[in-house]
Amino acid sequence: MSPVRTTGIERIAESFAATSKRAALMPYVMGGFPSLQESVRIGEACVGAGADILELGMPYSDPLADGPVIHAAGTRALAAGANVAGVLGVARALAPSVPVVLMCYANMVFAPGLEAFLERLEQSGACGLIVPDLPQGEAGEVLEECDRRGLALVPLVAPTTTGERLASIGGRARGFLYTVSVVGTTGERRALGERFAEVVAAAKSSTDVPVALGFGIGTPQQAAEAADAGADGVIVGTRLVRAADEGDDPASAVGAVVGELAAGLAPTDRR
Amino acid sequence: MSADEAPGARPDRGGSGLPIEHRFGPYGGQFVPETLMPALAELERAWVLAREDEGYRSELNGLLRDFAGRPTPLYLARRLSERVGRRVYFKREDLNHTGSHKLNNALGQALLARRMGKRRIIAETGAGQHGVATATVCALLGMECVVYMGVEDMRRQLPNVQRMELLGATVAPVDAGASTLKEATSAAIRDWVTSVESTHYVIGSVVGPAPYPALVRDLQRVIGDEARRQMLEREGRLPARVVACVGGGSNAIGTFTAFIDDAAVELVGVEAGGEGIDTGHHGAPLTVGGRPGILHGSRSAVMQDEEGQIVQAHSISAGLDYPGAGPQHAHLRDSGRARYVAVTDDEALAAFGEVARLEGIIPALETAHALAWVLAQPDGELDLVCLSGRGDKDLAEALGRERA
Repeated sequence: MSPVRTTGIERIAESFAATSKRAALMPYVMGGFPSLQESVRIGEACVGAGADILELGMPYSDPLADGPVIHAAGTRALAAGANVAGVLGVARALAPSVPVVLMCYANMVFAPGLEAFLERLEQSGACGLIVPDLPQGEAGEVLEECDRRGLALVPLVAPTTTGERLASIGGRARGFLYTVSVVGTTGERRALGERFAEVVAAAKSSTDVPVALGFGIGTPQQAAEAADAGADGVIVGTRLVRAADEGDDPASAVGAVVGELAAGLAPTDRR
Repeated sequence: MSADEAPGARPDRGGSGLPIEHRFGPYGGQFVPETLMPALAELERAWVLAREDEGYRSELNGLLRDFAGRPTPLYLARRLSERVGRRVYFKREDLNHTGSHKLNNALGQALLARRMGKRRIIAETGAGQHGVATATVCALLGMECVVYMGVEDMRRQLPNVQRMELLGATVAPVDAGASTLKEATSAAIRDWVTSVESTHYVIGSVVGPAPYPALVRDLQRVIGDEARRQMLEREGRLPARVVACVGGGSNAIGTFTAFIDDAAVELVGVEAGGEGIDTGHHGAPLTVGGRPGILHGSRSAVMQDEEGQIVQAHSISAGLDYPGAGPQHAHLRDSGRARYVAVTDDEALAAFGEVARLEGIIPALETAHALAWVLAQPDGELDLVCLSGRGDKDLAEALGRERA
């Protein structure tokens, strides 16, 4: 550890800058699924297979932005006893080897009091926070408090986001701009949304931070298309949660898929 | 428009010029995925224009009169009044077409959706009354309709499932959590996140992200506007007390709004006490109080655990079986303008039977909560109760419980 502590925001920026892939690979792991211990192993497997940044899901009773696969995984994680302390324990275990960004719904952020929640998040070593049901108009206080702690409050933009909003959101993005590739909830799709290249281009022109594309990316080809379109990062969630559910050994099953995705993002000259 | 609200313009303003509040004190807001934000802005713009538009208003008012059957009567419940020793009036929303107040909102929103060029309608339903109202309006206007309903509610409100299907709607079963209204609402919001460019979501209560709580209130205030006028005609005075059941709270807000500026009129919202507040198995977040939370897009009174997980509600009445309540209700509670109480399953069931025998009116189990509270009050001088819906849908469930 250097004497001057690196902030979460800085750590995320370094990860984007340091990746040798055409875009940073950002796997999503549902905290506590299938168990807390297994989700740590899954996270480690992701790092071993080439993850640059890890998105860690906090299971929630009413996840409005998630499709059936992640919703079901969250429900099972809660039934298996996952709670805030347990999931932040997962973050703590993984944070030394990879920047961890927590994805957590708004009610859980505010429930213990905003400052108390962020204090615990910071203590876990996580670098940032994504709140999928906290659009810009509601985010003011959270952004201020995250900034004070050097935690990245990562906002989302969608294909439906209008130009004026996009500029405003992009201007206040920290860490990266989470760009939703489709009009919809999380989940695998056969093809990326028709407008995804446009959406990436618009997102990039709105902000100085890296643009990460997510929702609906599940294959190495789709990851490569996202990089081709200029995305600085590629977020893969549902495909990995499915692998964790289907594999005999969840960690090695997820690791194998992350490895394939990493190969899809290998620099062109090495492909 | 996020100014603090000053609720309750006088009824004779006809709803125009009122603010479309985003917040009610510390409550309300727009806690939804970014994908929906432009649609919420579009909806608000459309409502601002439509409610001032002569064509929209005359079409809505014409349908409320000729299709729904408004104004609904104000009825002096004579034998019940004798029983409690004071005059009790029912505002007869059970006589509204489709059997509840829900049609007022569904008509207004579906006409608005058509103005916005949206041809597909989705809705959530608990008791099925909002689903039936929405399916009815979609049949009337020739629009596609999908209603999300928990499988537990489909079981206990089967007649309404059959009505929706007969009306041409698709009833989408929701099998998650307790499979009741909360999950149905979440499923409808997820559909909307995916379909928002072609679809309008007709929320059935004064819940959800802004502008819905204000929009649904504006469309339901016709209940109280009519009742206030009718009461003045009949009694030459205002009621001492206005009572309505509260799940999300649309019939209550619809009734209260006309009386909010009448400081002498007491406003009482009756929530589902379920198996008793102490058991934790209830649907009474306003009565219980506690830390506010965020559910289905707004901050309000919410049943949750200490980490912020939403907990399951419980009520014999599917329409009140919901762990949240509209943000304006939370504000009315905090300001002291309205108070909220709870009535248990057993008390509501008893009132269901008693009012049927006393008045020849079978109330919805939801409404029976408000009636149970009125029946239990020893004092008072002149009560107005919103008889929000008819109870035909509840016969199997209520009679089954009585026999059990």
